[in-house]
Amino acid sequence: MAAVQETIDQVKSIDVTEYKYGFVTDIEVDKPAKGLSEDTVRYISARKNEPEWMLEWRLDAFRRWKTMTEPTWSRVNYPPINYQDIYYYAAPKKGASPKSLDEVDPAILETYKKLGIPLSEQEILAGVAPENRVAVDAVFDSVSVVTTFKKELAQAGVIFCSISDAIQEHPELVKKYLATVVPVTDNYFATLNCAVFTDGSFVYIPKGVRCPMELSTYFRINEQNTGQFERTLIIADEGSYVSYLEGCTAPKRDENQLHAAVVELIALDDAEIKYSTVQNWYPGDSEGKGGIYNFVTKRGDCRGKNSKISWTQVETGSAITWKYPSCILRGDGSRGEFYSIAVSNGAQQVDSGTKMIHLGKNTTSKIIAKGIAAGKSDSTYRGMVSAHRKATGARNFTNCDSLLIGDQCGAHTIPYIEAKTATAIFEHEATTSKIGEDQMFYCQQRGLSEEEAVALIVNGFVKEVLQQLPMEFAVEAQKLITISLEGSVG
Amino acid sequence: MAIVTPLKTAAEQALVQQYADAKAELPGGPAVRKLREDAFAGFEAKGLPHRRLESWRYTDLRSLLREARPLADGVKVTDAVKARLASLKLDGLRLVLVDGVFAPELSMLDAIPEGLTVQSLADALVQPREDLARVLSGPSVGADDAGLALNTALMRDGVFVEVADGVALAQPVVIVSLASAEAERAAFHRSVVLAGKGAKATIVEVSEAAGPAAQQVNGAIVFETGDESDIQHVRMITRHQAASVEVQSLLVTVGAHAKFDSFALVCNAGTVRQQHFVRFAGEHTEIGLRGINLINKAQHSDVTLVVDHAVPHGTSRELYKTIAGGEATGVFQGKVVVRPHAQKTDGGMKSNALLLNEGAAMFNKPELEIFADDVVCGHGATVAQIDSEQLFYLMARGLPRAQAEALVLQAFAGEAAEFIGDEAIRELVMGEVEAWLKAREAAAEVSTV
Repeated sequence: MAAVQETIDQVKSIDVTEYKYGFVTDIEVDKPAKGLSEDTVRYISARKNEPEWMLEWRLDAFRRWKTMTEPTWSRVNYPPINYQDIYYYAAPKKGASPKSLDEVDPAILETYKKLGIPLSEQEILAGVAPENRVAVDAVFDSVSVVTTFKKELAQAGVIFCSISDAIQEHPELVKKYLATVVPVTDNYFATLNCAVFTDGSFVYIPKGVRCPMELSTYFRINEQNTGQFERTLIIADEGSYVSYLEGCTAPKRDENQLHAAVVELIALDDAEIKYSTVQNWYPGDSEGKGGIYNFVTKRGDCRGKNSKISWTQVETGSAITWKYPSCILRGDGSRGEFYSIAVSNGAQQVDSGTKMIHLGKNTTSKIIAKGIAAGKSDSTYRGMVSAHRKATGARNFTNCDSLLIGDQCGAHTIPYIEAKTATAIFEHEATTSKIGEDQMFYCQQRGLSEEEAVALIVNGFVKEVLQQLPMEFAVEAQKLITISLEGSVG
Repeated sequence: MAIVTPLKTAAEQALVQQYADAKAELPGGPAVRKLREDAFAGFEAKGLPHRRLESWRYTDLRSLLREARPLADGVKVTDAVKARLASLKLDGLRLVLVDGVFAPELSMLDAIPEGLTVQSLADALVQPREDLARVLSGPSVGADDAGLALNTALMRDGVFVEVADGVALAQPVVIVSLASAEAERAAFHRSVVLAGKGAKATIVEVSEAAGPAAQQVNGAIVFETGDESDIQHVRMITRHQAASVEVQSLLVTVGAHAKFDSFALVCNAGTVRQQHFVRFAGEHTEIGLRGINLINKAQHSDVTLVVDHAVPHGTSRELYKTIAGGEATGVFQGKVVVRPHAQKTDGGMKSNALLLNEGAAMFNKPELEIFADDVVCGHGATVAQIDSEQLFYLMARGLPRAQAEALVLQAFAGEAAEFIGDEAIRELVMGEVEAWLKAREAAAEVSTV
């Protein structure tokens, strides 16, 4: 009867009406006074022992940021953010910049264990086939606490470390690539990030190397009143390949916390980057109290010919999501892909999508976006596909479907399709519907409860995207979607 | 941050002056006067619409309208106007506007059947009608549009047509708006069609220029149709100079259990911006908006529409076909709004474009904004070239390239015209399409992509 027990367990695990990762870890932290000024920027830079050029770069960004205004064009509503009421840096006191796992505060290790992310290499290895191993960079509030499998990766020539370490150890690479995809002045939140970013991951895959394992970063916001400003930079040199995963959670709190990250991907000739995200920040309660403001700038640059960047995202968390992982298809024959599932429930607001900017010749792109809105949430797909005059032979296929569950939610589609070359072929299709009564009837006829039927139909709806995720992630994501839609039926 | 006060362009300054000079003479009682004042205040504050305004993103009127031409002054019935009217092959009850002003002597006022009333807009504006301001304003979704505001402020004339309850008009009402075009002038006109309960009518609008000078036209037509009515609207914008700029607003409010269809052809015009603001006011109504845009050289055709499903059980269909050659630019911005409680809405929107050669561009922005769950809404948008397999098929059967292309293009465009109920009008429309394709064929123009 193992199968039955498994089913019961699974249903039990689904039956969590509470956000599963909402606990707080009680540890001592080091943080400056609240508020944002040049001193804050200097403090962060000093704490990270950064070289002078980095500090100057941050200060420039900060000065620029002060002249900018917050964008208001997205379909989301939130009270004005008081940027002086946020802690911009919070680091666990114990064992700052640990050399090995032994130096990391056990409370933090425990936290990651609870989140299902074991950080000790032995634990990871237990019962896992070598090809399924995942190297993890764990970012806790403002700092990276540990990066696993560093040595083994180094043997392959792969650099996988926190961006703070990269600034110290590989300044030439950081200088060469940082902010070349998302310029310092790109947008309000990106500029803010440049000034105050604290940590994040850095990946460099050398020429011709296929990264021997999946790389992953797990972001955890723990402290109260802090913002998390992470920065990720991934460079895939000629002919290389890397698959990178990103996960995130935060405790349940009544306050809103700001998360403004910048992620830059660079793929040189014939390189491929696969970037997967399972975003599960605390979404706030059903009335919209608390939750993370996820204002993120993610962009990939297919700089080399025949390069490929693929974004896959499962968005279930955050009170507000404002994110458009994009591809600049600069190299001839390059390819961009975007697969997204955005699930919103309660009072969540999602304004997400992608941009495919075709600049090189014979570039192709594909967008599959599935939005599911339930409760009182609002979900917007906003996307752009554009072909420059010289981007001859550009090809795009876009499909964005929305599913509405309940009569108080909203689903919106705002695509921009701009062809400036007559050789482009762009196809775009979008639908919005609710779960069909006949589909529900069919499932319930066969003995499924209403909730099970919805779960089954939703699963079918998002399958196309889930298939793009690495195996372990896909299972996790599928569960997440079911939990997110909890209580949306009936 | 400092508040930026935009500098007024020469055209904006000229328009301010024109309004100041003309407002005393513009027709209308106090209610209309207030409408004009409010609209112009809105325009003065915001200026001409430009690309930073989302709904004018692809048609920057501020840079397109370098100079505001002087307002047309009165009816000029030139020989060219007469000749053009004589050659217009369309039967129906003809109502003629010349340079935006109603010309009764050219209109068939003595053939008006029972159940139909026609007067000039200038006459209607001075009558004490309580609902006049509401009727003129149209649905709220168009309320803050700058192009429409300018029309409200400066509208001089037009026709005011009423079809009584239960009346089915035997022949179409044809509103011909001709520019004498001997000099570069600007005309602002608005027409109103009120259709009663169960009324049935076909309204055709033709916009052409008889002379060689480029015109600036800002036209609007308002439809308010009753329950169970069945109204068809066909618009043809042709024979304008390359440098002409035309803004046409279509404001529609439809009652319950009714049908409303609109079709528009744009060919051989300069810069054309059509904007449709359509609202469902009653349940179980079907609305269709369709069009064909044939553009080449430096022509520009923009179709921007907002369909407001404000009530449940509404069906809407939009289908636009654009063929762009030369350095032409096609724009389609469609927005279907489904309000909360507008359950059982069925919406389908499609924009297809064929680009014929490098230099031509197409911008599509099909939007859905949905707040009700029990709906079926979809949209599709494509941009592509003439299908080489279709061409191969035809050429393999001996058709020369140019002819094969014309055939493929005709079929592509024709799909949108199939929905025109009146056969004679459909033939006239397709005749224009064929003539455009023939001209292309004669010039031995073939697709280069």
